[in-house]
Parts: sequence; C-alpha cells; structure tokens
Amino acid sequence: MSFFAEAGGHAGHGPELADPTAQLLITLLMAIPLAGFALSVILGRRLGSRPWVIAVPAIIATWLIAMFLVWQTLFVGAYGEYGITFTLYEWIPAGQFRVDANFLMDNLTAVMLIVVTTIGMLVHVYSIGYMSHDPSKWRFFAYLNLFMFSMLLLVLAGNYLLVFAAWELVGLSSYLLIGFWYHKRSAALANKKAFITNRVGDVGFALGIMALWTTVGTLNFTEVFTLIPEKVAGGELGPVLMAGICLLLFMGAMGKSAQFPLHVWLPDAMEGPTPVSALIHAATMVNAGVYLVARSSPVFAQSAGALLLIACLGAFTAILAASIALTQKDIKRVLAYSTLSQLGYMFLALGVGAWIPAIFHLVTHGFFKGLLFLGSGSVIHAVHEEQDMDRMGGLAGKIRITHLTMLIGTIAIAGIPPLAGFFSKDEILGETFKFGVYEQAFYVLFVVGMIVAGMTAFYMWRLMGKTFYGKSRVDPHVEPKIHESPWTMTLPLILLAIPSIGIGLALGWPLGDSTIKHWLEPVFHEAEVTLGRELPKVQLFGIDGILIVIAVSVATLGIVIAAALFGIGRKDGRSETVRSLTQRIPFGPALYRASFNRWYFDDLNHLLFVRFGGVVAESAAIFDRAVIDGIVNGTAKVTQGAGDRIRRIQTGKVQNYALGIAIGLIVISIVLLFVVTR
Amino acid sequence: MSQSLDAYLLLAAGLFAIGTFGFLAKRNAIAMLMSIELMLNAVNLAIVAFALFTPSLGAQGSVIALFVMAVAAAEATVGLAIVIAIYRNRRTPLVDEYASMRE
Repeated sequence: MSFFAEAGGHAGHGPELADPTAQLLITLLMAIPLAGFALSVILGRRLGSRPWVIAVPAIIATWLIAMFLVWQTLFVGAYGEYGITFTLYEWIPAGQFRVDANFLMDNLTAVMLIVVTTIGMLVHVYSIGYMSHDPSKWRFFAYLNLFMFSMLLLVLAGNYLLVFAAWELVGLSSYLLIGFWYHKRSAALANKKAFITNRVGDVGFALGIMALWTTVGTLNFTEVFTLIPEKVAGGELGPVLMAGICLLLFMGAMGKSAQFPLHVWLPDAMEGPTPVSALIHAATMVNAGVYLVARSSPVFAQSAGALLLIACLGAFTAILAASIALTQKDIKRVLAYSTLSQLGYMFLALGVGAWIPAIFHLVTHGFFKGLLFLGSGSVIHAVHEEQDMDRMGGLAGKIRITHLTMLIGTIAIAGIPPLAGFFSKDEILGETFKFGVYEQAFYVLFVVGMIVAGMTAFYMWRLMGKTFYGKSRVDPHVEPKIHESPWTMTLPLILLAIPSIGIGLALGWPLGDSTIKHWLEPVFHEAEVTLGRELPKVQLFGIDGILIVIAVSVATLGIVIAAALFGIGRKDGRSETVRSLTQRIPFGPALYRASFNRWYFDDLNHLLFVRFGGVVAESAAIFDRAVIDGIVNGTAKVTQGAGDRIRRIQTGKVQNYALGIAIGLIVISIVLLFVVTR
Repeated sequence: MSQSLDAYLLLAAGLFAIGTFGFLAKRNAIAMLMSIELMLNAVNLAIVAFALFTPSLGAQGSVIALFVMAVAAAEATVGLAIVIAIYRNRRTPLVDEYASMRE
C-alpha cells in the first residue's frame, strides 16, 4: 500500500490511495458478476426456464455501483485528477518478482466502465427475450456473467500481468460464447479460430510484458509510466528496444482488437448468439486492444516509429474491412466487418497521437454498434433465424421499433451530425489531417480515413435498404409470421438509441473544449507532452470547419448512392444486377469477387497454415515417430532385454540361493586369507 | 581327548562341509533342516574347542555354545512348523517344488 504513495510522490503527481468505501465498491464491482457466474453454474439447471434471475440482477447491481464510481470519478472528482489505486492482496510474491492484485481507477477506467457496464446490462436484459427458446440458456447467462467479471477486471487492473490474466479470461468467455451452440460445426470451428488467432497476438503481449519486466523491473502501471520516460531520458532504453516493447504489446492489441493480419477471427465469431456479438465482438472485448494502447500511452509515446506503424496498420485495416463489408450478404457479417473498420479508425487515431478521440470513438462506437447488433438480432428473430439480406426486404413497416432504432444507429455510424458517430469520427479525421502537417507523406492516412467514411455510410445504408426497404424477398411461409420482438428486446434497443443520438453532443461539444477532453486530459497529458505535438486551437470557421463539411458531404454522398441502389422507404432500389453494375466500373467484377471472398485472406491462411503447416507438421510427426520415439523405445528395449536375461538367475529355489551364499562366503574367505592378510 | 586344536577344527570343518553339502544337495525340506543342525553343531564344536584352548576365555565359550543350542532349537521349531504348513498346502516336502516366489 505504501508502495504507491512512494511512487506517487516520486512522480510529482500520481494516483492516491483509495478510501475504504471505494476499495469495497471496486472489489464488489468484480465480485458480484463472479458470484453471479458461480451461482448460475451451480444452480443453473434447477432454475428451469428462468435462469436469468441470478445473472441479470447481478449485472444491474454492478451497473449501479459502476455508475456511482463513475459519478464520483468524473463528475464529483472525489478521486483526484489521477485516480486512485489500491492493493487487494499480494498475488505473486516470488522473491524479486512481486505482483500484486492491485487496481487503478482513474478517468480512463471510468469512461470504460460507462461503456462496459451499460451495454453489458442492456445486453443481459435483451438476452432474456432473445434466448427465451434456448434449452440451455442457464449456461449462456453464466458465461455472460463470467465475461462481465473478466472485462471489469481488465479495465480496473493496475498492472500488466493482471491485465494479461483478464485478457485471457475475456478470451475464454469469448471462446465459450462463440461456441455456445457447439453442436453446430461452424460455431465449433469459429470459436477455435478465434481462440487460436488470439493466441498469436497473446504471445507478443506476453513477450512484451517480459520485456517490460527485464527493462523496467516492475509491471505496475503507475511505476512503469514514471520509470520508462526516465530510462529513455537516461539512455538506458534505446529507440530500438523501446519500439520492440511497443510493438510486442501492440501485437496483443492486434489479436484482441482484430487488426490486420489477425482480423480473420472476428467475422467468424458471428456464429455466436447475437447478444454476444453485440457485447463482446462489437462494444467491449474487441476494444480491449484500443484500451491497452491508450492505457500504455506514456510507453507508446516514447516510440514514434511504433506509433506510425500502428496508424498505418489501423488505416489499412479500416479500408480493407470496409471494402469487404460492401459486398457481404449476411447481415451480421456486414456489421462485423464494419466493427473491424471502426477499430481500424481507433488505431489510426492512437497512431497519430489522438488518444482522446480514439477513446471517444470507442465510447460512441460501443453504443451505436451495440445498438446495430442488437437490432440485427431483432431482425433475425423476426424473420425466423434468417441472416441472408437477400431474403429480407420491406421489413420497415412490420418491425417499426427495430427499424427506427437501427436507422438511428446507421445515421450515427455514418457520421451525420448531430448523432454520436459524427463527433468522434470527425475528431479522428481532423487529428489525422493535422498529423499530415508533421509527416507530409501521411496525408494519405487522412485520405484513407475519408474514403472509409464514405464507404461506411454506403455499406450501412446498403444494409438498411436490403433489410428494411423496397419489396419483400422474405420466404412466403415466414412472411405472415413476422412480428416485433418482445419488450425485453426492444427496450434495450430504445435505451441504446438514446446515447447513439446524444452522447456525441454531450461529450464532444463544444469542439476542442469538450467534456471528454476534460475527463481524459490528465490521463494522456504526459503522452501528449512526450510526443510534443501541441495541437492548434480548433477553428470552426477555418480548417476544422472545412474538414467537417468535407466529412459530412462524403458520408451523405455514400448514403445517397446506397439509397439509390438499394432503396429507401417504400421505394425499391434500382433493379440492376450486381453483374451489370460492376461491369461499368474498371475491374469491377474482379474487385467484387475479391471483396465478396474477403480478399482471399481465409484461403491464404488455409494455404499457409493448414496445407503448408500440415506438411511441416506431418514431417515433424515422422521425425518424432522414427527418431525421438526410436531412441526412447530403443532404450526401453535394451533395458527389457537385459532384464530378461538377468531374470533367469532368480529361480525361486532356496537351494540355488544358498549355493550363491556358500560360494560368496568361500570367495570372501579366500580373499581375506590370501589377499588381505598378506 | 586330543591335545591338538587342529584336530577339533578339522572335525568341525568336516561336519560343516557335510552340513553345507546336505543343505545344497538334499531336496527334502526335513533333510535340509537336519543339515542346518549339523552346520550349527559344527560351529558349536569349533567354539567349544577354541574355549578349551584359550584359558582367558574361561566359561564364556561354553555359554555361547549354550546360546547357539537354544537358538538352534527355536530355529528348528519354527523351521519345522513352516515346513509342515507348506506341506499341508503343497502335499510335498520337496523344496524345488516351492518355486512360486520366482516371479
């Protein structure tokens, strides 16, 4: 405990120790979902058709506590500018290597808590309706609670190793929930794919933590963030080593936040139930990578090279995923690629040093993407588990609440003011543009960001048009049975639509002096100073105004084109086929095929890792059987053969033994008489 | 009564050799026990002979011989009891049939 006081004093500023009430509340915040998980597992089967009676109240209680803590942190400022820390217990006391179960509750954590607990709670409520027909829903709610515990641990943890443990726990819950319908082969394959792809990133993360330990000698956030700048200034940490540490940590973020080339798992993760897609694979867990990089901002700020790579990878993922989303037919896959693309935006922002816009986009994206996913779940529910958008259409009048809320989500993500997405996306684009001032060649990042903004608006309206507008293409047998979802499902939609409309304005206005900036400024101040990119003041009637106009017109253009092609209201889209449309664009059909087949990344992975990797594994297996097993079995054979020979002297006849004793006695006597006595 | 220790020791060695041969060569468990008795008595003879020719030992040699007799009697009792017990099970006194401990 006194540990932190010293660290804080050392830095000049730093987190204070938590008072007992705050300690209790933070502990409860994690303990309640964990208890909910344990109880749901133990009692689950006995709860019959209402297994949510434990899980849902537990999360509502968690939400209330979280909101109180958020209020205390962000609005009252009870925990100071730099947050509070406390140590629950000594986790790993192993000589010099000492890691505590300690927690850090600062403004960044509070902002993450808003997203995680609010969406988590609404998804829990939604799941009551969505999963009502599932026979083993107690398992579902138990896993959801486990996920909530893991995610809260992730955002509250005060050192890298604890974050890593939570990192693996969210990975586990994600694995369990993607494969919830494990009897479906595609789901069983998808959860394995997610788990294995994440392992690749986690290797980097683990190595990064080890590198931090060997270079800095501690894993506590507060200490690392004060020691790293000192060591860099003292010349102990060279730029190469620093970039190495950053990139290793970023590898973990790449896995969890599905950035190229580890992006392949996220679209397949849509095999899980839709509430899971909304909570884990859109609003919370996939943001963990963004959170990690943002949390480690003082570390990443020391390596401009690593940041530049992050920005480029983010921009590339954004445009790659958006291009795939243009042609997908599965409603959830469009949203999955959209999530990838938006996560790319966030990494682009982190890479150009726009820490606050990145977290801002994380918050707004969490709300409207959660809304869109839950809405898509409601659509799928309405048309009887159909996910192909070619078999939807004209649903707007039949499921009004779903349509309206999804429309709000679409406008929000497209970036039309004054909805949420506009504010965060515009800030990212603005900062990227200003980054071009420092690195001339990287105006291209801004251009990519703009193109992606247009593409986002286009594919989202394509989704709306194909699903809700024009003529119905629904199966005639299902058509009369289309119905709006129960209130447990529509209520979360409405409750998510409110922040999707208003949170951008609430947190992002006035531009350049916004609430979220005030909240997060203390967290990222150090990193901003290190990078030395003091931002010019926002000029609403200057460059920023022009950027806003460009961004909004690009988004509007995207929507207008998509509306013309795929319909709006009762009006149907153009009856042109994909073939005739693409043939008018140079390389159109080839590009369409490439996009539809996800740029062949899955095939490439199949070739590289399944086929080629299979050959390597096969030859390794032959080597193993012939040489390794040969040596081991050979040793055993020799021992056995020798034993078999020697065994013969063990006759079991007492007289043979007596003869042996007699001969031995005679030999000893002779030796004593003739050798020793001489 | 001979005046030479060698004569006693040669007799004892002869008896011990006969006993050893009997123990190793006889198949009958009773005969083997008898051979053991022979060996023990050979040793006893050697002890008593040593005691006779070493005045400083006094009565100690005879005492040791008495102890050996007592132990031999006890050993013979236990040995016979075991032989009888095995005989009841196996219906044979021949030791080379008692080979079930081999493996």
